[in-house]
Amino acid sequence: MALLELKGVDALYGRVRALRGVTIDVDQGEVVALIGSNGAGKTTTLRTISGLMHPPSGSITFDGKDITRMAAHNIVGLGICQSPEGRRLFARMQVIDNLRMGAFLRKDAAGVQKDMERVFELFPRLKERTTQLAGTLSGGEQQMLAIGRALMSKPKLLMLDEPSLGLAPILVETIFQIVREINAQGIPILLVEQNAHKALEVAHRAYVLETGSIVKSGSGKELLDSPDVQRAYLGI
Amino acid sequence: MTIFRTIRKVWETDPRVDPNPLVYTILTLGAILYPVWAQVSTGGQGDFLISVLADAGVYILLAVGLNVVVGFAGLLDLGYAAFFAIGAYTYAFLASDHLVVTPLHEAIHLPFWIVLFIGLFVAAAFGLILGAPTLRLRGDYLAIVTLGFGEIVPRIFRNVSAWTSGVNGISALDKPVLPVWLNGPWSGDPLALVQNFKIISPMAFYVVMVLLLGISIVLVNNLRKSRVGRAWMAVREDEVAAAAMGVNTVRIKLLAFAIGAAFSGFAGSFYGAKLSLVSPENFGFSVSITILVMIVLGGMGNIPGVIVGSLLIYWITFLFLPALPPLAEGWATSLGLGSLVPPEGDWPGIGQEVQRLKFLFFGIILVLTMLLRPQGLIPSRVRQQELTKGVHEDTTIEDVNAETTA
Amino acid sequence: MSVTTAAPPTAPTAQDHILKIEHVTKRFGGLVAVDDVSFDVKRGEVFALIGPNGAGKTTLFNSITGIFPPSEGRVVFNGRDIAGAKPHQAASLGIARTFQNIRLFEYMSALDNVRVGQHCRTNSKLWDSLFKTPHERREEHAITERAMELLTFVGIQAHAENYARNLAYGQQRRLEIARALATRPQLLLLDEPAAGFTPQEKVELMRLVDKILAEGITVFLIEHDMKVVMGISRNIAVLDHGELIALGPPEVIRKDQRVIEAYLGKGA
Repeated sequence: MALLELKGVDALYGRVRALRGVTIDVDQGEVVALIGSNGAGKTTTLRTISGLMHPPSGSITFDGKDITRMAAHNIVGLGICQSPEGRRLFARMQVIDNLRMGAFLRKDAAGVQKDMERVFELFPRLKERTTQLAGTLSGGEQQMLAIGRALMSKPKLLMLDEPSLGLAPILVETIFQIVREINAQGIPILLVEQNAHKALEVAHRAYVLETGSIVKSGSGKELLDSPDVQRAYLGI
Repeated sequence: MTIFRTIRKVWETDPRVDPNPLVYTILTLGAILYPVWAQVSTGGQGDFLISVLADAGVYILLAVGLNVVVGFAGLLDLGYAAFFAIGAYTYAFLASDHLVVTPLHEAIHLPFWIVLFIGLFVAAAFGLILGAPTLRLRGDYLAIVTLGFGEIVPRIFRNVSAWTSGVNGISALDKPVLPVWLNGPWSGDPLALVQNFKIISPMAFYVVMVLLLGISIVLVNNLRKSRVGRAWMAVREDEVAAAAMGVNTVRIKLLAFAIGAAFSGFAGSFYGAKLSLVSPENFGFSVSITILVMIVLGGMGNIPGVIVGSLLIYWITFLFLPALPPLAEGWATSLGLGSLVPPEGDWPGIGQEVQRLKFLFFGIILVLTMLLRPQGLIPSRVRQQELTKGVHEDTTIEDVNAETTA
Repeated sequence: MSVTTAAPPTAPTAQDHILKIEHVTKRFGGLVAVDDVSFDVKRGEVFALIGPNGAGKTTLFNSITGIFPPSEGRVVFNGRDIAGAKPHQAASLGIARTFQNIRLFEYMSALDNVRVGQHCRTNSKLWDSLFKTPHERREEHAITERAMELLTFVGIQAHAENYARNLAYGQQRRLEIARALATRPQLLLLDEPAAGFTPQEKVELMRLVDKILAEGITVFLIEHDMKVVMGISRNIAVLDHGELIALGPPEVIRKDQRVIEAYLGKGA
């Protein structure tokens, strides 16, 4: 059984149907990418999984538990953590306090300390700036902090929403390198990305979302080679 | 409450249907029929009821004005009653014998209509004076400064007693000279139609108030839909973006502040004339807060909502709550608990006890209303959406950015 | 009919350069965000400003539009030093902008957003607004008409009545451009207009920039997408840690060793 399973999930904004019967799954150890244009339903899918919205139909199971109707903070407690699009940091708090907030629900002080070190290993630039206010970091550093904060909750599944948005080309490379490293440490990742090319390169498997429905799925490689995908999302 | 339910239903099933015309129609009909009802239902003794609604009109005027500041331009003003006091005292100085006992030793008696407008401009001027240095401040700071202003003004009127008679206030203000036909069709002599008499019937005040309200509402609605109104909303939504679009944000906020103050001063002059008495006790912090509650509860930013909210809060604070103690005594007696009525030992008697608890009841009513209908009774669509609808997907990028906040 | 005619007559001097940045420095406390930067933007070109995150690009935009006036140096627009002008003054002079983080008036309709953009080009007084004078009615009519034209220009006329916040992301970016054009600018500053766009949307954006250029408006943009930047700009300035490290046409910038190290990386 897969770690995360969505079966026939719908989502509504008022009377607008944002998702139609979305069925996807993420297995242990995988990087799964969700690509599609703006408004296709990628962020809605993540919001539905993290309990910020509840689907009128369909089911979501995580780690064998039905989380379809569970409250958002309980879902975080189960180990699903999202680094939201646009980063949503605590801008007026120090870097280190942002990271501590990520571990808000954890009680094992020693484990938290260990993970903090692991995050600093992953992002040495954050270590140089522990007391700086998050709002004064550069765009790339903020993205690193957002991911670091998500890691601090010791997630069983990490969801990343547009991690490369608004980053300089040189940093885009770095961020995807980090996605690989995090995954290599055994954390499965569900990745929503506008930069389809890079996303498909790192993903084991990927789904293509169009106007709220999954229209294609396959391995990252397969989708990279698919003429449809190339035309619509890779700009080839 | 079925009216609200109908409005709400129409509102929620079809967002294009605007409930405001319906509410305006109901309010207009109500304003016309109310005096008739008041007189008929009391067998011609309805003057008190009519007078009460004219008083409520003062609060509606205040709320419509504060709504320009808070609802349209998004500036939190916690000292709004100060301008109300300024308007009322302006009337007291310019339309009574009072100035004789001040260092001026000379009474001024200007006509009602002229003082009404002087009150308006004096309050607006004070609005500008207070606003000019403070409107550069944001949100919370502005609220604190206005709060201070609201505390200072009544205190000045209390302490500069050489001019204001201090806590005693100023009494025997001139009664307005109003055309007699304002007293209504039953006022008798049809020839009086074109003559001016010093006739002071609550009906005349009522008619004047309804007319002033009607005009004010039309004007404020014009403003809302104009270039100025859009600039206010733009400033409320995003000040930086508004400035980048060429809106002089300080000036446009100052304008909102002055117009709000003008309404307050106008209402204050009317209030002074009707009551024929002003006292510093009538303009405290609780007045500012009551008006704010009226617009929040009615539906911030939406004028019909503000009117309905004002009427409701006025009714609760000035009619319903004062009527509670005798009501409680009546109930106690009819339930066979008559022994609760008279005071006994530590027990003050049920009437007194209810009297003591009335602000608790007020609080409970407010909390319940806001829990059941956080967007206000008849909200503007903006508030409606803010509180109920989800965010469109993929639309927001967080405002956390080193380059703009550093 | 041209929908975006620039309003103020152009100054007789400085015809070549609509904007000259002269030794501009911006400090925040001890931090130097922009350090002695100078370059010129020619009238009628697309000029791009690139550089790593935190290099000071948006700060420079903010200095030009008066949000944070520069600590030192001159910002010469149409031959006139405008350093220290307030944002609304910059808009009246003919400089319009969009924002990196999209700053629309979220709870106003798309149409109203564009109407607000015309604020500095209309002159109804309080009196006119209160009493709906004929002048005000005529002006409101013209405002609405032009707002619709601009929405059509950027291709979102179908969403005129929707709240700005309810538009899809790409439509919001377009609406911001329409709102900026409503101020009748001579110079349009776009802050990362292609961020979060699919390749298809990026192509559409480049077409839109061409159309804006055809209206006689100079475009000055910050962008990270090199396909867009190299595709449409005539000249590029590169900032790193607040300093100008390169300046020139795309083919020069692409090969510049410092730019590759600081910004492009080896992949680009």
